Amino acid sequence: MSTRLANAGRLVNKNKAVSFTFNGKNLRGFEGDTLASALLANDQMMVGRSFKYHRPRGVVASGAEEPNGLVNLGKDNTFEPNQRITTTELFDGLTATSQNHWPSLEFDVGVINTYFSRFMPAGFYYKMFIHPRPFWKHIYEPMIRQAAGLGKAPKDRDTDTYEHFNASFDVMVVGGGIAGLAAAHSAGQSGARVMLVEQTADWGGRAVVDMPSIDGKTAQDWVADTVQALENMPNVTIRLRTQGSGVYDHGYVLAYERLTDHAPENDGPRHRLWRIRAKQIVTATGAIERPLSFAGNDIPGVVLAAAVRDYAINFGVSVGDRTVVVTNNDDAYRTAITLKKAGLDIPAIIDARTSAEGDLIDEAKALGIRVEFGKGIAKVKGGKRVTGVAICNQAGEGAVIEEISCDCVAMSGGWSPVVHLWSHCGGKLIWDADQAMFRPDPEKPPLGADGAGFVVTAGVANGHLFTAEVIADGFAAGRSAAKAAGFKAKAAQAPMGEDAHEGPLAPVWLMPQGASHALRSKAWLDFQNDVKVSDVQLAAQEGYESVEHAKRYTTIGMATDQGKLSNINGLATLAKSLNAEIPNVGTTTFRPPYTPISMSVIAGVAKNELFQPIRKTPMSDWHTANGADYEPVGQWRRPYAYVRSGETVHDAVNREVVNTREKLGLLDASTLGKLVVKGPDAGKFLDMMYTNMMSNLAVGKCRYGLMCSENGFLSDDGVVARIDEDTWLCHTTTGGAERIHAWMEDWLQCEWWDWKVYVANVTEQWAQVAVVGPNARKVLEKLGGMDVSKETLPFMQWADGTLGGFDARVYRISFSGELSYEIAVPASQGRAFWDALLAAGEEFGAMPYGTEALHIMRAEKGFIMIGDETDGTVIPQDLNLQWAISKKKEDFLGKRAQERSHMADPNRWKLVGLETVDGSVIPDGAYAIAEGTNANGQRNTQGRVTSTYYSPTLKRGIAMGLVLHGPDRMGEVIEFNKVDGTTVQAKIVDQVFYDKDGEKQNV
Amino acid sequence: MLTLHCPNCGVHADETDLHAEGEAHLKRFASGSSDDDFHDYMFQRQNPKGVHFERWKHVYGCGKYFLAARCTATLEVFGTYSAQTHEPPQAIKDAITAKRPGWSWGDFS
Repeated sequence: MSTRLANAGRLVNKNKAVSFTFNGKNLRGFEGDTLASALLANDQMMVGRSFKYHRPRGVVASGAEEPNGLVNLGKDNTFEPNQRITTTELFDGLTATSQNHWPSLEFDVGVINTYFSRFMPAGFYYKMFIHPRPFWKHIYEPMIRQAAGLGKAPKDRDTDTYEHFNASFDVMVVGGGIAGLAAAHSAGQSGARVMLVEQTADWGGRAVVDMPSIDGKTAQDWVADTVQALENMPNVTIRLRTQGSGVYDHGYVLAYERLTDHAPENDGPRHRLWRIRAKQIVTATGAIERPLSFAGNDIPGVVLAAAVRDYAINFGVSVGDRTVVVTNNDDAYRTAITLKKAGLDIPAIIDARTSAEGDLIDEAKALGIRVEFGKGIAKVKGGKRVTGVAICNQAGEGAVIEEISCDCVAMSGGWSPVVHLWSHCGGKLIWDADQAMFRPDPEKPPLGADGAGFVVTAGVANGHLFTAEVIADGFAAGRSAAKAAGFKAKAAQAPMGEDAHEGPLAPVWLMPQGASHALRSKAWLDFQNDVKVSDVQLAAQEGYESVEHAKRYTTIGMATDQGKLSNINGLATLAKSLNAEIPNVGTTTFRPPYTPISMSVIAGVAKNELFQPIRKTPMSDWHTANGADYEPVGQWRRPYAYVRSGETVHDAVNREVVNTREKLGLLDASTLGKLVVKGPDAGKFLDMMYTNMMSNLAVGKCRYGLMCSENGFLSDDGVVARIDEDTWLCHTTTGGAERIHAWMEDWLQCEWWDWKVYVANVTEQWAQVAVVGPNARKVLEKLGGMDVSKETLPFMQWADGTLGGFDARVYRISFSGELSYEIAVPASQGRAFWDALLAAGEEFGAMPYGTEALHIMRAEKGFIMIGDETDGTVIPQDLNLQWAISKKKEDFLGKRAQERSHMADPNRWKLVGLETVDGSVIPDGAYAIAEGTNANGQRNTQGRVTSTYYSPTLKRGIAMGLVLHGPDRMGEVIEFNKVDGTTVQAKIVDQVFYDKDGEKQNV
Repeated sequence: MLTLHCPNCGVHADETDLHAEGEAHLKRFASGSSDDDFHDYMFQRQNPKGVHFERWKHVYGCGKYFLAARCTATLEVFGTYSAQTHEPPQAIKDAITAKRPGWSWGDFS
């Protein structure tokens, strides 16, 4: 069993007990425990189930590479799935539940998959679920979706706070082991601004566990002294619990700081995302121990050798009472020595090497530990927990020599440098055959803006496994990074480390070397995703030669692993199956983040009202207080309708239309884009921007204009007013103001930069109200101050003046077909002017109307709407707007494109009005169906609806649509499809449904 | 997440402050031009692996466009310069030649 040892762990405070629950069980640990060490101390070895076969899973590692110990943490609004127990620090009241099982961890129905595992090899899902085709959508996909996914998605809103820091440093050091500390120290001494981050809660990495001597001190003392020195340097920032998560272009680094995960009672943000620009980055990210591939290596109790040591030394926890160590290197002997000295049994060290010599081997032997060279594990015995191992010759096929009972297997297949951060931005790797590892190629670092490398790697991450090399390399990396960042290194002595003599490792990719298929199909490469040696071999056999394809086919290294534990063993297996060298097979791509970071920290403070600013007009408060039902239009919120008590939204819309047509409507049109275009060449410029002529517009007059993209498609429309000799005011659509402003700037800055024109977006400078309806003039006359008569201010003209004491610019334009004035006042007076209009208009039946009434009235008049009648594939000619395209101008944006043969094709669908035969409303987006089917067996079409409404004026459904040869087919009845499979008949009519002669607006 | 120097306002800007605006030095073909010329202007792009010239806009900064010469493969930036020019300044071309001898791009080399 796993239990707490008598001698306290290095990190644990035995005077402070902490209670927590796991799957509802009340358990106790100590301050300083991780959830993993506390569970092991409570003999809770089994912590989850695997993804595919639902096999029992125990802790394998002690750090970020842990594949199995993923749990749901917290509940309700602090619930989070897939939290690693090895990196979760214990706190009082922690609640955890295990994942991937039903109904319970101990008894799981899904375990049946393991009995069918021989029928579920690599690619099973791809092969199984492809036929019959219709089954995918209705049976397979819903079933797989039900079973898929690690953990459960949170249901409640996250109530914690999160934030971003933006920072820049000369040198960023990732990793707080001895290499990182030495690098930060030497870089800091040069005067560079340095940041050092360490993902765990503890400085010193492996050195403080394995305790080599540095500069004549214990590693622990050296680490403490160096941390103290760094804290005293004002130019150095150091952070624990902060992971260097990703390295990006030009020295951009994301660091993920966990502030209160270990102490939820503390105030302040839970996580912080550091967005860092560093001139130079030092990756001192250490290495991850590799598992060995033998049958039953996934049974709970089989743990990485260094992790077994970590639990004993850091937390005073023994994983088992009797531990068999299996290894291909000397380092794992440290585990045997540590456990033996703690009074635990080590029945044997199984060393796959035929022979080896070194200080650690000697020490183990001197402690009386049995060492077996040239041996391997044929098979681990046990179900939910290891009960023993069967030993065989490593060189053979797995014939059992002896069985040894034990409850823990400590395995070590060597060490793989953590090259993730080096590789994120293009750093290349080389294969180090002697040490059987990929390590960074110092000749091919990630390149920065100046073409020089901006990442250096140091210590174990650089392939150095011994203290003396590691610390010297860290010191040198810090100096060279500071120098590359423009600082001069001070003369200083590199720290000196001392090491035990160790012999070389022997690469072991399969144990035993000639393992049978039966053994290989129980030898796990990826514990989380259930990928075995046999699966990778099958993938190779089926032609998945690329490591990227093999990864996706077998799912090796997917989900949280991302090239940590399973990577090298997987690609070594693939290489062997392909008879290729490991470096020729290569690695899969390392992508940030190193481990998952919370979604909430990515959002930071950008949530709720801070997610996206809402633009409000000066009249916005009035709208809210008067029943506005809002709709988003760009970043604005506009009232869709003003709903009165007892009304539906639809009722309100109809009331607003009828009232405007019969009496007086007021529309808050402030959101309409307003661009001032000014300068000696402004007229020439607008002639290029618009399809029609704007340079010849007389001062005081308005003209409706169209803008097209250079590809000929209609992009925006609006009324242009000429203000004076060199000034025009261009109205754009509400959503188009910023886009059209940018479009104008583009042409002025990058094509016609010698034209003297200036453009300013004055949208928010003005509040604008459309005063619409038969009584429009009456209310303005009542306000008084300027002549708004037909004679003085005819249709499509504008005038400056005052109305009721407000400075006003009055445009006599109409988007409804009614007598209409659009009145702009300074934004600061917008609300007062709105109130004045409502008060003055009361006797004339004044009533505000929203965007839906606006849309209906424009559709009744046959006016197009950008975004309804246009979708980026429609040219003005399709909409019968030839009248707005100048034939005199030599050039305008889109003219050349519209000369292409397809643009003049008489078969282009053209705009018409549509009147349903039964008076109903055609569904939005409906297509006009034609005879026959196309090559895909779909019904042929001959047109589509672009706008469709119930017209309260005509008391029937009306629509506009683009129809093949539409304008030549007036009176013809065509059919539109409906979602329920039936159709609706509509007659092709003129697009102007209301007051075709314009008698109502020209009064 | 590139960083580019804005030659208009002098700020060394982060990519989040910038907006990529496609290929630089396009020659506009207007009404009356041949179909091939217009097609190339509208749709044909260099898309090189290596030296490239691009338009950028300092959209969350001074609002001005500028042009950048950079390597699409290594992300090395050879220089940025005014958008008000039909070809890269000699100093930019020299900077590229120093790093990528024998380069060519469209009509430039």
